Amino acid sequence: MFRSNVLVCGGTGCTSSNSEQIIEKLNEEIKAVGLEKEVNVIRTGCFGLCALGPIMVVYPEGAFYSRVTADDVKEIVDEHLLKGRIVKRLLYQETVVDDNTTKSLNETKFYSKQMRIALRNCGVINPELIDEYIAQDGYAALGKVLTEMTPQEVIDLMLASGLRGRGGAGFPTGLKWKFAAANQADQKYACCNADEGDPGAFMDRSVLEGDPHSVLEAMAIAGYAIGASQGYIYIRAEYPIAVKRLQIAIDQAREYGLLGKNIFDSGFDFDIDIRLGAGAFVCGEETALMTSIEGKRGEPRVRPPFPALKGLFGKPTVLNNVETYANIPQIILKGADWFKSIGTEKSPGTKVFALGGKITNTGLVEVPMGTTLREVVEDIGGGVPGGHTFKAAQTGGPSGGCIPAKLIDTPIDYDNLLAIGSMMGSGGLIVMDETTCMVDIAKFFLEFTVDESCGKCTPCRVGTKRLLEILNKITSGNGTLEDIDKMEELCYYIKENSLCGLGQTAPNPVLSTLKYYRDEYEAHVVEHRCPAGACKALTNFTIEADKCKGCTLCARNCPVGAISGAVKQLHVIDTNKCIKCGVCMEKCKFGAVVKK
Amino acid sequence: MQKRISNLPFHDTPEQAQKLEEVIAGLKGQEGAVMPALHQAQDIYGYLPKEVQQKIAKGLNVPLEEVYGVSTFYSQFSLTPKGRNHISVCLGTACYVKGADKVLDRIQQKLGINPEECTEDGAFSLTACRCIGACGLAPVMTVNEDVYGRLEPEEVDGILAKYME
Repeated sequence: MFRSNVLVCGGTGCTSSNSEQIIEKLNEEIKAVGLEKEVNVIRTGCFGLCALGPIMVVYPEGAFYSRVTADDVKEIVDEHLLKGRIVKRLLYQETVVDDNTTKSLNETKFYSKQMRIALRNCGVINPELIDEYIAQDGYAALGKVLTEMTPQEVIDLMLASGLRGRGGAGFPTGLKWKFAAANQADQKYACCNADEGDPGAFMDRSVLEGDPHSVLEAMAIAGYAIGASQGYIYIRAEYPIAVKRLQIAIDQAREYGLLGKNIFDSGFDFDIDIRLGAGAFVCGEETALMTSIEGKRGEPRVRPPFPALKGLFGKPTVLNNVETYANIPQIILKGADWFKSIGTEKSPGTKVFALGGKITNTGLVEVPMGTTLREVVEDIGGGVPGGHTFKAAQTGGPSGGCIPAKLIDTPIDYDNLLAIGSMMGSGGLIVMDETTCMVDIAKFFLEFTVDESCGKCTPCRVGTKRLLEILNKITSGNGTLEDIDKMEELCYYIKENSLCGLGQTAPNPVLSTLKYYRDEYEAHVVEHRCPAGACKALTNFTIEADKCKGCTLCARNCPVGAISGAVKQLHVIDTNKCIKCGVCMEKCKFGAVVKK
Repeated sequence: MQKRISNLPFHDTPEQAQKLEEVIAGLKGQEGAVMPALHQAQDIYGYLPKEVQQKIAKGLNVPLEEVYGVSTFYSQFSLTPKGRNHISVCLGTACYVKGADKVLDRIQQKLGINPEECTEDGAFSLTACRCIGACGLAPVMTVNEDVYGRLEPEEVDGILAKYME
């Protein structure tokens, strides 16, 4: 037994800010004061509050240290671990109460409105030790399924729970399983989609890094339900930490007999292999993903036949997303009624969102479905920093849309988001403020889809390219009102005629911004003005004569030497040379540089 | 991003050639072997020159066009050699709204190269990548294995200086 447990986040965010060094230093310092038998250092998965990383939590006190550096480690060891005095200056300030005591993490605004089902073990256990997962009821659901339930009972339970696919479209998971179970074949597959391609989304990565066994367990359950003996996890090669932990988890599960032959002496065989993606967004689409596992160009196939009938290698296949799987062991153990008591009627359960963009608490949050966007952005996310105002939230990545400020009280679930022209998507939630131009954002997403369109079908390959050309024309100030109408028409054409989900949803960023911000498009074409001041071709930097003190700071920082003026004289920007990088505006201490 | 096959002369060492042969031998006859072969070949050579793709095609007994089709389809596979220092700027949504484009502009000016290019002295190569999942640290760039987060464009000069010998 250890008297103290020190949990250090080993997720990608915190690892990028050097949490590995902190762990090394911790072990060194603990050894130096002779506490190595009393204090246990554990590398966990993501705590969610990435904005404050690297994160360290010391139990039993529950002291939550944020933005720890390697230099702070000695102080924490000497003061806290050796002398029992919490280092208040390094604590997450929200946990420090006025009377100088500390409160639990779960009482802070960031965590109090959250409910963790998919993320329940992230930041709690060491993901590289199967025993820690088992101690949290791990593999109990698989045991229950294999020893007490028939495959049909498992499917009925999933249907009753109302769980819907967390990858974006929200298709009922139980139904998918039912279809695959009904088709007879010598070989079936239960696969996991971990090709989290939406830029700005990192929920699945965090689950795989923080709690890989929950996904393996659920895949085995799916295999039992549909009659599959082999599973594949298709994961992005861009997630090296997740790949490594997943491989460790698979090896340990095999060693414990929880994967492989005759699991729990039930006669059921199931094994899992990893397949690496190679950076193609279209491979998140189910048929493209299967083509890619087969080692080919990841181009989608025509459906029907659906994967439940002819999927991977032409065999019946179910494919579920990582977060969907992470919910399943809990549903098996606690029952469908428990799950349905959370969330909304048509979207039971919780959803994990990756909060990013112009928001104070960037990170990972899990909330019951039906939580309003306002609660997520203002209460949990801590609002927009720097005195800026909330303009819109983008959900669903390149397939989704923007939710404007006036709809901030919309309860988030699959159907509400679709109704307002966005979609749940995998859970990326990017917050934008008044300096974000909606036309520019639409262009950003179209650049992405043009890049990622696989080229198999014409509406997507050519249509998205034409859309982007029109958007470029508008943001460079050469657009016309007819262009806007033409663009809208083209959007519907692409939606209706594309082969797969990528093309069918590619126009959504344009359509949703047109719906709520048509005035911004019109300002670009009629007034040749970008209201947010983001489109470079339509903005000019000038120096206001009455505010300029002639300090030369702007001229010295201009990367292209476009600013002239002598000391204590008015400075002038040569608009022909200016590349509109905005450095002068950031540097000026007197607010003399303005964007027009 | 459009891919261009490199015209630079290809050199390999006997060790590299032997490793590649082992990889091909290990995957021969397996279903869906092209992608794992390309992944591992890229680990060996750092990129996928024409000669390596030819060896894979021959070794796995698949048409070269199929190998080339796969290697150009996925953005992870690089057909051009990387510089001694490889810079990758994340242009995912979270980084983009936090000004990653300005960071990229600054690097391009500083090094005089565009994304998917390498400086003439081979010191730096640059790519603009899609989301590396460190959105909490946006905007983010990586140089080799080092990650730099919460960036301001003016920090670029100092970071690049660290890698200029």
